[in-house]
Amino acid sequence: MDLDLTEEQQLLKKSARDFFEKELPREKVKELEADPLGYSPELWKKMADLGWCGLIIPEQYGGAEFGLLELVMLLDEMGRASLPSPYFSTTVLCAPLIMMAGSEKQKSELLPKIATGELIFALALTEPSATFEPDGIETTAIADNNSYLLNGTKLFVQDAHCADYLICVARTRVWTAPEEGISIFLIDPRSPGITITPIKTIANDHQNEIVFDNVEVPAANLIGEINQGWPVIKRVLDQAIVAKCAEMTGGCDWAVDASVQYAKERVQYGHPIGAYGSIQHYLADMWIECSMGRRMTYYAAWALQEGEQTDMIIPAVKRWVNEAYKHCTRMGVQIHGGIATTMDHDMGLYYRRARQGALLFSDTEESLQKVARQLGL
Amino acid sequence: MDFRLTPEQEKLKAEFDAHFKEEAKRAPEGWFGGFETRFETEENWAYYRSVIHRVAERGWLSLPWPKKYGGRELGYLEQALFAQSAEYHRVPAIDVHLSIVSAGMLEYASEEMKQEWLPRMSRGEIDFAQCWSEPDAGSDLASLTTRAVEDGDDYVINGQKVWTTGAHRANHLFILARTDTSAKPNKGLTYFLSEIDKPGISIRPVYYMNGGHVCNETFFDDLRVPKKNIVGKVNEGWKVTMAGANFERSGAGGVAAMQRDLEDLVDYCKHTCRRGQVLGKNPIVQRKLADLAVKIEAMRQWAYFCAWQQTRNPMSYMEPSASKYYMTELMVELANTGLEIMGLYGTLKQGSKWAALKGKFEEQSQITLGFTIAGGTSETQKNIIAWYGLWLPRMK
Repeated sequence: MDLDLTEEQQLLKKSARDFFEKELPREKVKELEADPLGYSPELWKKMADLGWCGLIIPEQYGGAEFGLLELVMLLDEMGRASLPSPYFSTTVLCAPLIMMAGSEKQKSELLPKIATGELIFALALTEPSATFEPDGIETTAIADNNSYLLNGTKLFVQDAHCADYLICVARTRVWTAPEEGISIFLIDPRSPGITITPIKTIANDHQNEIVFDNVEVPAANLIGEINQGWPVIKRVLDQAIVAKCAEMTGGCDWAVDASVQYAKERVQYGHPIGAYGSIQHYLADMWIECSMGRRMTYYAAWALQEGEQTDMIIPAVKRWVNEAYKHCTRMGVQIHGGIATTMDHDMGLYYRRARQGALLFSDTEESLQKVARQLGL
Repeated sequence: MDFRLTPEQEKLKAEFDAHFKEEAKRAPEGWFGGFETRFETEENWAYYRSVIHRVAERGWLSLPWPKKYGGRELGYLEQALFAQSAEYHRVPAIDVHLSIVSAGMLEYASEEMKQEWLPRMSRGEIDFAQCWSEPDAGSDLASLTTRAVEDGDDYVINGQKVWTTGAHRANHLFILARTDTSAKPNKGLTYFLSEIDKPGISIRPVYYMNGGHVCNETFFDDLRVPKKNIVGKVNEGWKVTMAGANFERSGAGGVAAMQRDLEDLVDYCKHTCRRGQVLGKNPIVQRKLADLAVKIEAMRQWAYFCAWQQTRNPMSYMEPSASKYYMTELMVELANTGLEIMGLYGTLKQGSKWAALKGKFEEQSQITLGFTIAGGTSETQKNIIAWYGLWLPRMK
């Protein structure tokens, strides 16, 4: 057992911390929240140059071929910086999907360009059913000669407005168990019949509605086997849950650090408020919740990477980090007082992201249901 | 980063598991583990003593000590594996008093004292009871007022101690007493060891709210302790006390105990019908059980991390404090949730044929209350994190 970060992991984490402290002041984050594009192409280019866009892409496709643990280190820092970017959509959701299920041709055409930052991807998975489970997929893809015709509505799709490609999850067989009739398609968002409409969310994280109205997709754009898409999505989602936990832990960590710092500086009744027991105990609880979440995240990433049993730890870590991040940002506002309820203050960025992240991929109730199933209930 | 155990650790774990699985079979009727139960009845104490005897034979009472004192020189992770195995099987193989005394002794006692005491301790011959707290000195332990006055080759001790867990079973006491009243509170204390069967010591039971006899109050009336029984130096008892924190405090044992309790509770819910429905199919019950499972899992990962941190810094405070606080609070939650899920059956005491899980949660819902107080209250643990981890200012 060795629970320290490797030198490489430490270095990655530190360089990411330094990079974002220098390149991404939170004023910039707030500007990007309001910006229709929602990310800075200039910053994206720099991130790509650092090798981050291809962090987990194999070397043969131009990536750095790091593992999930390294990705977790980087996402932790991105969460701390509250980075607005299509990184999660492209590198965490879509690149692994292509790595897992793509044909050699798809891999060699797409992955190198993801690694260089040239291509941005969005995963069109969720629908008005608002679930990450297979029975929520109602968009249909019907075979028609050498192509498929897609019809349906995708909702809550992050980064679709700026994506060079969409990866769309659609139903290709109806009279079957929900998870046995799902296929995955690579789609050019400029194809006729596609309408992308931005929707605003609590986190200003640039989500979209996508309507597919008889969109013709060449059969060659199928990713993986027909009707065999769900196991791939399931693996992508498992990884995404752990990755999201890392990002959320980073944000949570910022909220705790900022609150500790402020409690040392803010003087009321002649003492820094951090000298009062009530504030100290809030902060100790926050530190514990955040730190325990991080250790669970590391373990989950390791277990997934090593092919260990993860059916318990993945829903467990999501439940934990959901609640930890929500609680720490709520208390972060409380400790900072009135100023933290304003747009001027940074805590709101994290408070709002916590509420979004806690519902992504597996919310607390779903996570607990999965844990209950693992208990044999 | 690698969470896998080494082959040596796997081997050790298998050895512990095999032993404790067997030992569990010898437990007396109604036994369900824990630290307190061993003191409650003659049968339980006899079981505890026989377990300790066999643990000592294997050198497992002194896992972390240097070999020359009868130890195995094993690390914190290995000790965590030991605790995990014993606690999962509900075998009373951990003597926290022994851990506290030996940790302080290894750091500060004279070579002569170590030679005299440690081998006997490793053989399981000494059962210590702790004389630290007093009626007016709880969390603020350094303010204690029991006096020890030099008299020839001895010190003469007078005063009152409380929460002397197991004193009615023990054969020795470890005592913190004031030897200098003019110094700052924590600079005038001395750490003594004494046989229990001596004139000047009287012990009175303090019954726990469930009626169990675990704790006592101890009165010293001109107790004479020879100077050779002082651990460390006179007036430096506080340092010895603090060094006593240097034992495996990851919480791995407690996690295993909770894991086992949860397994029992889940099993109960799967096989119990209430108003025509299997309890385990009730979504509210499911949610409660799942939430406990998540918290236990969180604590498990934390315990490993904590043992790892202790390996690197034996006197690290923040992680063990977080462990102690979070785990004991979770124990209270688990016991109360268990009791509630079982409904009225949960309130039945052991002995009734109707009692669910031998009355485990009826007892635990009471016993665990002491856990968040003894050994540093939850609030004290949070203070430690705030002061020595987050470096928040301290009100003078």
